[in-house]
Amino acid sequence: MADFFNEGWSIAIAVVVLISIAACGLLLWSQSKVKVKLGNDGKPLPAGTTGHVWDVDLMEQNNPLPRWWMWLFYLTIIYAVGYLIVYPGLGSMQGSFGWSQAGAYEKEIKDGEQQYGPIFNKFMNMDIPAVAKDEQAREIGQRLFLNNCAQCHGSDAQGGKGYPNLADNDWLYGGDPETIKTSILNGRHGQMPPMAAAVGSEDDVRNLANYVMSLSNSAHDPIKASLGKSKFMACAACHGAEGKGTQALGAPNLTDKIWLYGGGVDNVMETINKGRSNQMPAHKALLGEAKVHLLAAYVWGLSNNSAVAVTQAEAGAIKQIANAAVEK
Amino acid sequence: MKIIPIVPAPMTEVELALFEERRKIYPRSQKGWFSSWRWVLVFFTQILFYGGAWLHWNDRQAVLFDLTTRKFYIFGLVLWPQDFIYLAVLLVISALSLFLFTAIAGRLFCGYACPQTVYTEIFMWIEKKIEGDRNARIKLDDAPMSVRKFSLKSSKHLAWLALSLWTGFTFVGYFTPIHVLAQEVFAFTLGPWEYFWILFYGFATYGNAGFMREQVCKYMCPYARFQSAMFDKDTLIVTYDTARGEPRGSRNKKVDFKAEGLGSCVDCGICVQVCPTGIDIRNGLQYECIACGLCIDGCDQVMDKMAYPRGLIRYTTEHALERKLDNKSMWRRVFRLRTLIYGSILGLIILVAALSLAYHVPLKVDVMRDRSMPKVTDTGAIENVYRLQITNSHEEAHKYVISVKGAAGIEIVNQTEIEVAAASVIPFPVRVRIPAGAAEIGSNRIRFVIQDINVPKINVTEKAVFLVPK
Repeated sequence: MADFFNEGWSIAIAVVVLISIAACGLLLWSQSKVKVKLGNDGKPLPAGTTGHVWDVDLMEQNNPLPRWWMWLFYLTIIYAVGYLIVYPGLGSMQGSFGWSQAGAYEKEIKDGEQQYGPIFNKFMNMDIPAVAKDEQAREIGQRLFLNNCAQCHGSDAQGGKGYPNLADNDWLYGGDPETIKTSILNGRHGQMPPMAAAVGSEDDVRNLANYVMSLSNSAHDPIKASLGKSKFMACAACHGAEGKGTQALGAPNLTDKIWLYGGGVDNVMETINKGRSNQMPAHKALLGEAKVHLLAAYVWGLSNNSAVAVTQAEAGAIKQIANAAVEK
Repeated sequence: MKIIPIVPAPMTEVELALFEERRKIYPRSQKGWFSSWRWVLVFFTQILFYGGAWLHWNDRQAVLFDLTTRKFYIFGLVLWPQDFIYLAVLLVISALSLFLFTAIAGRLFCGYACPQTVYTEIFMWIEKKIEGDRNARIKLDDAPMSVRKFSLKSSKHLAWLALSLWTGFTFVGYFTPIHVLAQEVFAFTLGPWEYFWILFYGFATYGNAGFMREQVCKYMCPYARFQSAMFDKDTLIVTYDTARGEPRGSRNKKVDFKAEGLGSCVDCGICVQVCPTGIDIRNGLQYECIACGLCIDGCDQVMDKMAYPRGLIRYTTEHALERKLDNKSMWRRVFRLRTLIYGSILGLIILVAALSLAYHVPLKVDVMRDRSMPKVTDTGAIENVYRLQITNSHEEAHKYVISVKGAAGIEIVNQTEIEVAAASVIPFPVRVRIPAGAAEIGSNRIRFVIQDINVPKINVTEKAVFLVPK
């Protein structure tokens, strides 16, 4: 890996490091002896002061450090050399252990998968409605949802402008367990092209918008709506002749009062004029199939409360299935 | 050709190793008032340390610092990472206590409670029991290796190692349940970190208390170096009364020493022999002095034998020595402005910490507003979504009711009651609705109140922001 612009830098840094280490040893060795004067009796006098004086009378005593501490310094130098042999640090040398940050990260991920994988995997063999009834699965599902889905769909999964509500019974692509799972695994790209040109004049668009509002019996102008009815042909290809939507295309149902981008004539006009593009990212590579399975069960459970409510006997049976899956 | 004779100049300088070879200290064992107090402190701290790990409370270890789950159990109290402030408070209390005790009576901590001196004392006791006292040990070390020397030395080291390993084991027992740890030790199924820390802490005990001893105090411990900043002239310190003791000298007990021009010091050297850091207290206060008071005990006993008054070496203050103060006025000066300020700040902090612990609520709530745009309903009401992270830090399950305040008609749309299992955290999404026009455009302050249904005293109020779009 190119840590440096070229090999020269790596060598230069390695040389500086090695010289520094050697210099530390040299300094230590050169300073380990002290010259003292001999007294009249021929015996060495105490080392006394270093001769440094501050503030008139503050003197530095030449008190020797214990020898074991000197050995610790040498030990540190040996340790430094050993460290540089084993771990990267000397220029771009990799070290004999082949340790790297990226490698350490990957190992940790792998260890994590090994440790926690079985917890996620044990639900893989159960069908989604059964998983949704398991309390542990719901808890895991909620945590996964809060960490991966809540940023767009909200902590309570009720969505917002441009982000579908996952807690009701209205689905763009279908609310059965497998479709939900497919949506999470592969993502979705919902696209409505700008239709203004196909519809006609500004008035035509307004009339059409009023007609669309009339489909769900929302507030509209009946005269304009009747004028706009014929223009709905442009929409019928996707939304169906009756405006009930087509889940195969992700075309929303226009006959309910649920509006992804907000209801009202003005909002609908904007949609017709400019079109809409909605993207849900694919999570297969990000989370893996086992976690998506749990997420799908959690999301499915949100709009199927009665199906999720379990009796105690059922709960016991589910636990047995889950445990059996682990043992397998 | 003229021959110049080479005459060696007289040597005036010599080169010596700068680093000092360690001089082994053989402290003589000493009994007496201060020595007894040291042993009281040894027993007090070590019964606490060795015994504390085995106590039980609520079907768990009474004192356990569980690092993996990040829960610190101290009897009935369970501290979570959010309670880290208590550690800071504990450190502040420790530091202030150190200031206070040091200002009053010098290095009381060093001499009596510091693990380094406490364990050194225990190790020296073992050494004395096996090898004998000072003279016997010097003789043994000088003697050539023999069966007796080898057996004495090896049994000493075995005893030291046993105690060290027990200390390491106990230490780890505060971080991983000690009963389980004990079983693991005997089954050889310890985890790598448990092995490491038992051996590391054991080795540190063995090395520090058996070999390093006063070297730690002299060369490693920073406290020895900055103690002078906490001393003043009214600090009680172990002092040799120079005026009374000098000139020192040996004498016949029957002869009047004053007539011979001698001071009270008989120059017996006991004070030097008993000193665990190997200093001579008669040279005045030195940074090596750990204020253990053994020289006082030793000197007093000699004074008794000589029928001299005690206290040639004693706890006294510089002022008391200089101004010849009596005990009463010396003690009066000990309680001076400085120690009173230390004392009152310390008392205040302890009081506040104790009150805060007494009113400690085992419930914590973090409020996070969803980053999504606020939602406007068909009726014009505004909805914001929040995630409440509810932590029940109690060892029993609790049921809470959640309410919201801060605007007219403000309400929680979804459920408002939640049960949280013992010692656990749950995320709880909340949708809050404010009717049209009830709040101003922009950010509005609201408050969540989370209250225990059964114990109203357990409640938490958390501030949050409610956004109203244009």
